[in-house]
Amino acid sequence: MTDLFLNEKYIGEVDNSKSFLENLKAERRAGKLPGNLNIFYDDSCDEIYLDSSKGRARRPLIIVENGQSLLTNEHMEKLKKNEMKWSDLVKEGIIEYIDASEEENLYVALKEEEITKEHTHLEIDPIVILGLTASLVPFSNCVQSSRLNRGQKTQKQSLALYLANYHLRNDTDVNLLHYPQAPIVRSFMHDVSKFDEHPGGQNVVVALMSYKGYNMQDSLIINKASIERGFARSTFFRPYISEELRYQGGLVDEIGVPDKEVKGYKSEEDYKYLESDGIIYPEAKVEREQVLIGKTSPPRFLGDMEEFTLAASTRREASTTIRHGERGVVDMVILTENEEGNRLVVAKVRDERVPEVGDKFATRHGQKGVVGAIVPSPDMPFTASGLIPDIIFSPHSVPSRMSISHLMELLAGKVGALSGRQIDATTFAGEKEEDLRKELLSLGFKENGTEKLYNGITGEEYEATIFVGNQYYMKLKYMVANKLHARASGRIQLLTRQPIEGRAKGGGMRLGEMEKDCFVAHGASLLLKERFDSDKTRLHVCESCGLFAVSDDYRGRKFCQRCGSNVEITTIELSYAFKLLLDELKSLGFYPKLKLKSKYTD
Amino acid sequence: MIEEYQDKIPAPLLEKYEKLTKDIKLTKEQEKKILERLEKEYSDAKIDPGESIGVVTAESFGEPGTQMTMKVFHFAGVAEVQVTLGLPRLIEIFDARRTISTPAMEIFLHKDYSEDVKFARNIASQIKETKFREIVSSFSINVLNLQVECELNKKNIRDLKIKDEEITEALNKGLKGINVKLLNKGDTIVLKPNSEELKDVYKLKEKAKEVFIKGVSGITQVLPVKQGNEFVILTAGSNLKDVIKLKEVDESRTKCNNIFEMQEVYGIEAARNTIIEEARKVIQDQGLDIDIRHIMFIADLMTAGGDIKGITRSGITGEKESVLARASFETPIKHLIDASLIGEEDHLSSVIENVILNQPVPLGTGLPGLVVKMAGEVKNEKSGRSTEKQ
Repeated sequence: MTDLFLNEKYIGEVDNSKSFLENLKAERRAGKLPGNLNIFYDDSCDEIYLDSSKGRARRPLIIVENGQSLLTNEHMEKLKKNEMKWSDLVKEGIIEYIDASEEENLYVALKEEEITKEHTHLEIDPIVILGLTASLVPFSNCVQSSRLNRGQKTQKQSLALYLANYHLRNDTDVNLLHYPQAPIVRSFMHDVSKFDEHPGGQNVVVALMSYKGYNMQDSLIINKASIERGFARSTFFRPYISEELRYQGGLVDEIGVPDKEVKGYKSEEDYKYLESDGIIYPEAKVEREQVLIGKTSPPRFLGDMEEFTLAASTRREASTTIRHGERGVVDMVILTENEEGNRLVVAKVRDERVPEVGDKFATRHGQKGVVGAIVPSPDMPFTASGLIPDIIFSPHSVPSRMSISHLMELLAGKVGALSGRQIDATTFAGEKEEDLRKELLSLGFKENGTEKLYNGITGEEYEATIFVGNQYYMKLKYMVANKLHARASGRIQLLTRQPIEGRAKGGGMRLGEMEKDCFVAHGASLLLKERFDSDKTRLHVCESCGLFAVSDDYRGRKFCQRCGSNVEITTIELSYAFKLLLDELKSLGFYPKLKLKSKYTD
Repeated sequence: MIEEYQDKIPAPLLEKYEKLTKDIKLTKEQEKKILERLEKEYSDAKIDPGESIGVVTAESFGEPGTQMTMKVFHFAGVAEVQVTLGLPRLIEIFDARRTISTPAMEIFLHKDYSEDVKFARNIASQIKETKFREIVSSFSINVLNLQVECELNKKNIRDLKIKDEEITEALNKGLKGINVKLLNKGDTIVLKPNSEELKDVYKLKEKAKEVFIKGVSGITQVLPVKQGNEFVILTAGSNLKDVIKLKEVDESRTKCNNIFEMQEVYGIEAARNTIIEEARKVIQDQGLDIDIRHIMFIADLMTAGGDIKGITRSGITGEKESVLARASFETPIKHLIDASLIGEEDHLSSVIENVILNQPVPLGTGLPGLVVKMAGEVKNEKSGRSTEKQ
């Protein structure tokens, strides 16, 4: 007796579960039962679950009967001639949609040749076990799955020609790669997804060797000449938007060069690129938080008299400036109106990013790294034919990660570049390594892709032969220009008097709890105190009531607001945060009493 | 000679020295040299005053702890006996959880029984908790009579040496108010619920599967394993109290991985050793290297009060002297209110309080002070009163 559940409700029992399941499936394939009904038999507790509920992920599989795929060549011909559609295949019971639980009962063949009598289904293509980005990884059947995972992730972070009409758009946070190239080593998914219309990388010559230690721990070395020829150059776009808002009482913002009388006026230097309409001109080079769009706003609160005398002096400065730490050239200025009919100004700023030490690069195999050095081409190693690699990649990055596909791409890329063709590296169906090796041999190179290299500085031949090949390299969107940050002193928070947070605002570097523990563990007590000094204050304490007293520096006397001036008042040094804590406790009705004791007496 | 060093070198070290030099003839000078060296080595090995051993211990656990990620690798063992390992287990130990996720025991047997496989297997099957589902070959619901019919597995019953009366008795005890009938010469058991609804019959079927029939309750799996030349029974699930009552069990060696059960049965010192042993197992298993003294330090701290306290706000951290230190850990409002109700004083004697106040912490360089003999009271020129302390 097998328990039967429909949408997780107990509905009864079945005597012969095997024939019941077979009948049910046959009827579903015949169209008598809804196609979205999935059947799952749990043999561990002998229960049948039928599920027709919403929100399950289902995927199509070709049905196999008696060791024969139901999808025949006849069907394929019809599909090619457009006499048949996908939906017809589903209707005829050749393809069915399976959910996660039903899949547990199936025996799915990956390829048609593999089908045996026991198989119940066939994958439409072996590559469907991967998603889009994973199937874009060349030779991905030759890499550890976790590496493949990382490899497909980095592709999403690569800079690319994301759209051809980028110059008409105002997308935020956009990076555009200069001179993008279609990959030499590619999978057929590159064609399906039209990857060549929006490529995201460049084919470069890579040598697997170490060079003065500047490519240790996954960092890589770039040939300076390659960069000068335009390798991995990109442009960063950021639109700045300013709107003339309307307020209550007929007050409006005003876009224009702010008057010197205005509240919060910056220096004249900051406004120097503004034209008479208060808007910057295209191709102006801006930096250091200079103003792009000048604007003044009416005061926040109107006093009794000010309502009638709207002088410039009461207006507030509300200009749009370039972001802290950024720079660039004004690319385009747009003047328009928004839905509410307010005047809208958009200034798009572009900034050319030349690769520099610290920029992040990756291949499609989860081999990502940061530029460790940019070496002038005369100092770079070269091959017998005088070829200088664009990138020197550390060989230590390969063995522990077992990214064989990375090496295969190098080899295939070399063959492709030498023979002038694209190499098919589709998962499970790519060109064979053996054939590639043979072809490389016939092209006049060693079949394993290694070459003799010469030291660029001394001209000596390296003792080891070096693996040199071509590879598709991606520049990732993480660049040092966006990360660089330093501060000595600067803005502080109003409430706690501690430095503000965040790079964009010029904030401080936080010394967190674990870092504090580190100081404590070393016994560096006084250094710790000094590091936490940012909010120290001198406070006056009444020794009779233990609360804070007042020091009237103008009259030169100290008194306690509670006990008067006839008490002993002592000045101590504390963190402002603690003073704030005590004040907050007082507001809650606590009485935090300070008892002072001299460290030096008694 | 040795007498001179009695105050400088601890007794066990001196004893060891005497033992080692018993057969060697040493001149006075040589002896003095050795003892001087011994004293120096001993004082060098001592922890300096102001060394923050607490933080060092915490960091010694914390840093390797961050490497123990990914839940997948935290469980191990064969299908029979599963054990929680890694970070979850370490947290369990140091939090002093009363119920742990995978309790287990290591049962040692007395000499007479431990060397024979048959004996060990027999005892193991006696200890194992048997549930109703294990002695039933099939459950079915009779929709017509609204009852559950259970076909008994005679072979299993014979193997486990269970009598029919025991089954009915156990079922009556486990399922109160249900009619239990033995039919077909003890081949089938019929359970009839009071309710007339199919839903309730199904529920009864599921409930009946879990009824306790025989064995030591709590012990779900047993596995006799040969260790050296004796058999040891490993179990999943624990019940130390009942297991050591069995006459075959060697109660002097039998262990359990639940700290509280160990404390209850063997006392606080056993609990301390269990903490050390269990924590060490986890750390070694993960291939990490943490000095045993760090673990001992934590175990001592947890058991110092005579009962087990976890490193939680209800345990050790909750017993910190300083109000501010407690408030900065967890539930600050509770601690501040309680402190204000009894007028608690904070003497700022520990680390966190001083960090909050931006004062030097009393450790390392912050510990020693400058001692100045004051000739008289410090006078403030303006007011004449003594001021400017600190």
